[in-house]
Amino acid sequence: MEQQERKVVLGLGNILNRDEGMGVHAVKALEAQIGDLAGVEWVDGGVLGMNLLMLIEECSHLLVLDAADARQPPGTLIQLRREQIPLYAGIKMSQHQVTFQEVLGLANIRGKLPPHLHLIGIQPADLSIGLGLSPEVAAILPEMNEQALMILNQWGLLTHK
Amino acid sequence: MAQRLVIDPITRIEGHLRIEAELDGNSKVAKAYSSGTMVRGIEIILKGRDPREAWAFAQRACGVCTTVHSFASIRSVEDALGIKIPKAANLLRNLMIAQQYAHDHVMHFYHLHALDWVDVVASLKANPAETSRIQQSISSWRNSSPAYFADVQKKVQSIVDSGQLSVFANAYWGHPAYKLPPEINLLAVAHYLEALDWQKDAVKIHTILGGKNPHPNFVVGGVPMPIDLNSDTALNAERLSIISDSIDRITEFVDQVYLPDLLAIAPYYLDYAAIGEGLGNFLTWGELPGEDNSDTSKYVVPRALILNRDLANVTVPDPRDFDRMKEYISHSWYKYGAGETAGLHPWQGETTFNYTGPKPPFQQLEVEQKYSWLKAPRWNDVPVEVGPLARVLAMYAGGHQQTKDLVDMVLKKLGAPITAVFSTLGRTAARAIETKVFADTLRATYNDLITEIKAGNTRTFNSDKWEPLTWPARAQGFGFMEAPRGALGHWIVIQNGKIENYQMVVPTTWNGSPRDHKGQAGAYEAALVGTPLAKPEWPLEILRTIHSFDPCMACAIHMVDAQGQDLGEVGIGLNVCVS
Repeated sequence: MEQQERKVVLGLGNILNRDEGMGVHAVKALEAQIGDLAGVEWVDGGVLGMNLLMLIEECSHLLVLDAADARQPPGTLIQLRREQIPLYAGIKMSQHQVTFQEVLGLANIRGKLPPHLHLIGIQPADLSIGLGLSPEVAAILPEMNEQALMILNQWGLLTHK
Repeated sequence: MAQRLVIDPITRIEGHLRIEAELDGNSKVAKAYSSGTMVRGIEIILKGRDPREAWAFAQRACGVCTTVHSFASIRSVEDALGIKIPKAANLLRNLMIAQQYAHDHVMHFYHLHALDWVDVVASLKANPAETSRIQQSISSWRNSSPAYFADVQKKVQSIVDSGQLSVFANAYWGHPAYKLPPEINLLAVAHYLEALDWQKDAVKIHTILGGKNPHPNFVVGGVPMPIDLNSDTALNAERLSIISDSIDRITEFVDQVYLPDLLAIAPYYLDYAAIGEGLGNFLTWGELPGEDNSDTSKYVVPRALILNRDLANVTVPDPRDFDRMKEYISHSWYKYGAGETAGLHPWQGETTFNYTGPKPPFQQLEVEQKYSWLKAPRWNDVPVEVGPLARVLAMYAGGHQQTKDLVDMVLKKLGAPITAVFSTLGRTAARAIETKVFADTLRATYNDLITEIKAGNTRTFNSDKWEPLTWPARAQGFGFMEAPRGALGHWIVIQNGKIENYQMVVPTTWNGSPRDHKGQAGAYEAALVGTPLAKPEWPLEILRTIHSFDPCMACAIHMVDAQGQDLGEVGIGLNVCVS
């Protein structure tokens, strides 16, 4: 049995759909800004979906950065603590419609949801095909990363190599 | 217009399927219609391409039946060009095929089919000590203590308490047609979870021999993995050892978990020995060839045609037979140059989309006209079923001893006559039986491989006809594969080094097909007739039979609707994955 010991900042999203890829932009910016943190992995999870299950199950600390739909105005910062994160999306139209929620839900059923789990997201403004972030989201990204650093600090992980 | 029960989408399958059923006065299915609701055009994409890379495109038909289209593709090219593969390559391919069966069928049983028979929520009423007693009475599997089952039960309880049923959501828990005692429900749920772990190991043969799973790599003329015991980048001693361990884990789970569970569950559902098989006609292309892939007499699974359930008069269908192997489109959203009622042999096949169905959203399909993206393949104008039941019958009739012993053992345990195999229960049992047969070939094939390696026969690729300059100007080939879901064929026409035509007739095309030019129903449609529904608004019984076929719609119709159905609000989305 693998131990749950990894500490991961996981950026998710599809960078081909503008704001949908914000998590990836965020984690890359954080890594560029902070550099090496002892024991912390900066991971671009892209749209790997279920392929991230093994990684998640090995984490003691998992900070997820992602686009989030909370029916808020575009550019709103959203934070969800572990117990607030929905672990499944209700209605499925097809087997291919697997979101990250299902991945967390599966880890949970298997008893391996990371003990320290937090999600920071931004309500997207523009999900059309394209590479850059919308102005609303680009403006909030630094604040998302500030929040990310606060969480890492709370977790005692902001120690440099 | 008759009132019809509509189930769309059918879940716990691969792909996009819609079933419409008319019920009689007693809530039994009187008529059923099967519609594939998505299409992609892989056959069209392949035109003009290099035959040597066709496998990579064709494979993307589906990641669940991963490898199957690649096998059919490379075999079609090897058949067209007369390429013989080295013996070691054939053994390696057979290892990959047998592993595919074991992985795919176990996953299907637990993660796609089981919840039709197993009431997860009812497992909360189980007594863990009694569950343990039952487990120990059916198998020597190691996870069998009362504490273990109590743990699983606690896990299910916490999922239910959380209000987020997760993968167990949106189901028919409490349906009157669930018949298992709470303890067997708990046992099955425990194994559902264990199978998730097991399956990670069960794909190692693919990842080692093909680089990854899903979608390992292939090559026309052999396998892309060289054998060299002293190399870091080849099939070496360490990797052979990993394969050997994986084989043990596979066979252990099949023998000690899958088969015993099937035998523990089946007695509670013996009514399904008289439900769910409509056509009585079965077809296989055969599988697990010897070194000469074209010698069908050496296939472990024979190439066979069975008509009217007659196991005494089995014949050998010829895929090159222009008069008998045909696809019809009278009720399918395509058009043929030769007209609506024409049937085309795949070497002359055409894929021209012609959607004439209702504009969504709609209540019902127009079943007197075209109503599916699946074509209607027919053998000699007769609809057939393909898949585990077809294969087990072919092996049984062909005198395959192990198959015969397993079938007889299962029938004896259930107190059922041979006619019971022609049913949903029979098809489900056939899947488990053939899993054991295929899994058991793994060790023997591995041992043969070691023998070849020791004899120095380590060539895994035949490059003789790799260069297009060595090919004739025109060539036609047929590539077969018995995919877990049934007989798969690829027909290729190569002209001046490029693919001129490529047609895939896929297991689910046969099984899920709509009516043909003569109005004859396809396998699903025929199988559903007579199914009783205890609670029609929860059509669980229909799902039991459909799932017993293990539909793979992505394979059957080769499109993605780029409009991306307007899903509307999908709850509180995190990561609204628009890709």
